[in-house]
Amino acid sequence: MGRLLSFFINKNDVSRYPGFGIITLLFFLFLYLPIMVIIAFSFNENKIVSVWNGFSTKWYTSAINNQTLVDSLQVSLTVAFISTFIATVIAVSAALALTRGDDIKNKNFSIMVVNLPLMLPEIVFAVAILILFSLLGVQNGMLKLILAHTCFCIPFAFLPIRARLQGMNNNLEHASQDLYATPWVTFRRITLPLIMPGVFAGGMLSFVISMDDFITSNIVSGGGATTLPVYIFSLVKQGVSPELNAISTLIMVASLLIATPALYFATKK
Amino acid sequence: MTKAVQIKGVSKKYGSYQAIKKVSFDIHDNEFFTLLGPSGCGKTTLLRMIAGFETPTTGNIILHGQNIENLPANKRRVNTVFQNYALFPHMNLEENIGFGLEMLGWKKDKRECRVNEMLKLVHMEQFAKRFPSELSGGQQQRIALARALAPEPEVLLLDEPLSALDLKLRQAMREELQDLQRQTGITFIFVTHDQEEALAMSDRICVLAHGEIQHLDSPINIYENPTNRFVADFIGDTNFLDVNVTGSNVHATSIETPLGINIDVPASGVKVGQDAVMSLRPEKISINKSVDGVSLPGRVMHRTYMGGYTHYTIQLSSGADLRVSMRNNISNNINYDLNEAVTLGFSPASVRVLGE
Ligand SMILES: Nc1ncnc2c1ncn2[C@@H]1O[C@H](COP(=O)(O)OP(=O)(O)OP(=O)(O)O)[C@@H](O)[C@H]1O
Ligand SMILES: [Mg+2]
Repeated sequence: MGRLLSFFINKNDVSRYPGFGIITLLFFLFLYLPIMVIIAFSFNENKIVSVWNGFSTKWYTSAINNQTLVDSLQVSLTVAFISTFIATVIAVSAALALTRGDDIKNKNFSIMVVNLPLMLPEIVFAVAILILFSLLGVQNGMLKLILAHTCFCIPFAFLPIRARLQGMNNNLEHASQDLYATPWVTFRRITLPLIMPGVFAGGMLSFVISMDDFITSNIVSGGGATTLPVYIFSLVKQGVSPELNAISTLIMVASLLIATPALYFATKK
Repeated sequence: MTKAVQIKGVSKKYGSYQAIKKVSFDIHDNEFFTLLGPSGCGKTTLLRMIAGFETPTTGNIILHGQNIENLPANKRRVNTVFQNYALFPHMNLEENIGFGLEMLGWKKDKRECRVNEMLKLVHMEQFAKRFPSELSGGQQQRIALARALAPEPEVLLLDEPLSALDLKLRQAMREELQDLQRQTGITFIFVTHDQEEALAMSDRICVLAHGEIQHLDSPINIYENPTNRFVADFIGDTNFLDVNVTGSNVHATSIETPLGINIDVPASGVKVGQDAVMSLRPEKISINKSVDGVSLPGRVMHRTYMGGYTHYTIQLSSGADLRVSMRNNISNNINYDLNEAVTLGFSPASVRVLGE
C-alpha cells in the first residue's frame, strides 16, 4: 500500500494535484465511517440504535451473557478450526502432487478442477451440497457444516501453498534425498518448513473464509448447529440492536488481534 | 584399477527425444573423471541417472559391482554437489553439513566431530553457525562440497559447480577441488562445458555431443589426438583445412593440402578418397622459421594482442588463411605488423587428419 502510494507520488506527483487531500480523506471516510459508526453506537446507552443519549458498556455485558451467541461462536470456531485443518492437509497434498509429481497426466486440467469452486457462485455450491447431504442422509448439523466448509476452503488453501511450492527450488528436495533422507523425512525436514509461510497463509485464508461464511452455513444449518454469521443474521431480521453493534465491535477487535501477528509472520521470510 | 562406476548401454528418452543414446564406459576408483560437452548434450541427464533422480530408459549402472539403476537416490552411496549449491536455507552450515550424517544414523558427538573436520577441510571453521544466505557464492560452494563429502560417498558427482563463480575464484577453486580429490581419495565425476576447466583438472575426460560419446581419454590425448572434427574443434582452438587423402597405410597418411604442398602426416583411419580435414593447432605453427622443410610465404592480415600471447591471421599465397598463436616471452617478443610478409613453418607430425 505504502509502496503503491509512493510510486504514484514519485511517478506523477499526484499529491500536487488540486483536491488530492480532500479526495484521500473522502476515500478513507468511505472505507471506515460505517465501522466507526458501529463502534461508537455500541457504547450508546439508548436502545434505539441511531439516537445517542449517553455512554454505556451494558450492551457488551448483555452480548457476553447471551448464551445463544456464545454457542454460535463456539460452533463457528470449531467448524473453522477443523475444516481449516482438513482443507490445509488436503491442499498441501494436492499442491505437492501437482507441482512435484512428474508422471501426473492432465496436470493443468487437475489444477483447474481444484480451483474451479472459486468461480462457482456460492449459492449453487450450497444447494448442491444440501442435496448431496439429503441423498446421503447426513443429519448431524456439525458434521454437515464441517464437510461443507472443508470443501469450499480447499481452493483457498491450495493457491498460496502451490505458489510457495512452485517458488521453491526442487533441487533442495533432491539434495535431501541425495543425503540419504527418505521421501517422508525430506517432506518433514525440508519441504514443509520451507513452504510453511504458504501453508500458514492458506490456513489463515481458509479460517477467515470459514468464519465469515453465511450462504452455505445458512442453507445447510439445522440439525442443531448455528454459526455466528447465521445467528447475527437472525438478530438483524429482528431489527438492529445495540447489542449487535457490541458483537460486531468485539469480532472486529478479535480479528485485529489475530490478523496483525498473522500478517506479520506471513510477510516475514 | 578397480571400477567405481560402470555405465552399460545406458540410454535416456524424454518422450520422443533421445537425450542419451546408448553409452557405455567405466570410471575408475580414485579418478577425477570429467563429462565435457556443449549445452544440451546430456551431461546433467547422465549425472542425474547416476545420482538416482532419473531412471535410464535402457541399460545398467553399476556402482562397485552392484546394480543401482533401480535404487532410489537415498539408497545410493553417491553424493551430489548441485550447480546452484542447493544448501538448505533454513539450516545453519553445521546442520547442512551434518544432515547426511544424521540421516545415516550417526550419533551426535561423532557427527559434530566430522562436521568440524569438514569445515576445516574447506577452510570455513569460523562460519559454523551462519546461514547459507549469509555467505558469498564461493563460500556456499565450499559448504556444498563439505556437505556432499561428509558422508564419505563412494562417488562424488559435481554438476558445473564452478559456473556461478567469477574467473579468479573459479581458477582458485579448480586447484582446491583437485587437492580435495587427492586428499579424500573419493572418485569425482565432474560435469562442465568449459574445456579449459576439464583439461586443467581431469585424469580422464569424456567428451559428449548429442547424447553420444565423442572421445574418452586423458586430457593430453584428447587435445593432441582428437578422434574427430567435433572434438578437435570443441577442445582448444585449431585450423581446419579440407584435404584430399592420396595415400594411407599404418605408418602415415598422405594428403594434398590447399596450402600448395603435399605432406605425409601421422596415420589416421581415413581412407583414400574419403572426405577429410586436417587440423593444425595455432601454437604448432612458427613464423619466419622453417620446420621440417616446410616454409610457406604469406602476409599478416590480422593481429590480436592478448598479453601472454599474440594471435595472428596469416593469408598464405596459396589463398588459405591460418591462425597462428605466438607466445610473448623473453626470447620471442617480436611483433609482426599488418601486411608484413612472413613465412610459416610447421611440422607435418603435428597435423591430424580427421574424417568428417
Ligand atoms: N525433464 C526433461 N524433459 C524433457 N527433456 C529434457 C528433460 N531434461 C533434459 N531434457 C533434454 O535433454 C537434453 C540434455 O539435457 P541436459 O540437461 O542433460 O543437458 P546438459 O548437457 O546438462 O546441458 P547444460 O550444459 O546446458 O546444463 C536437452 O536437450 C534437454 O532439453
Ligand atoms: Mg546441465
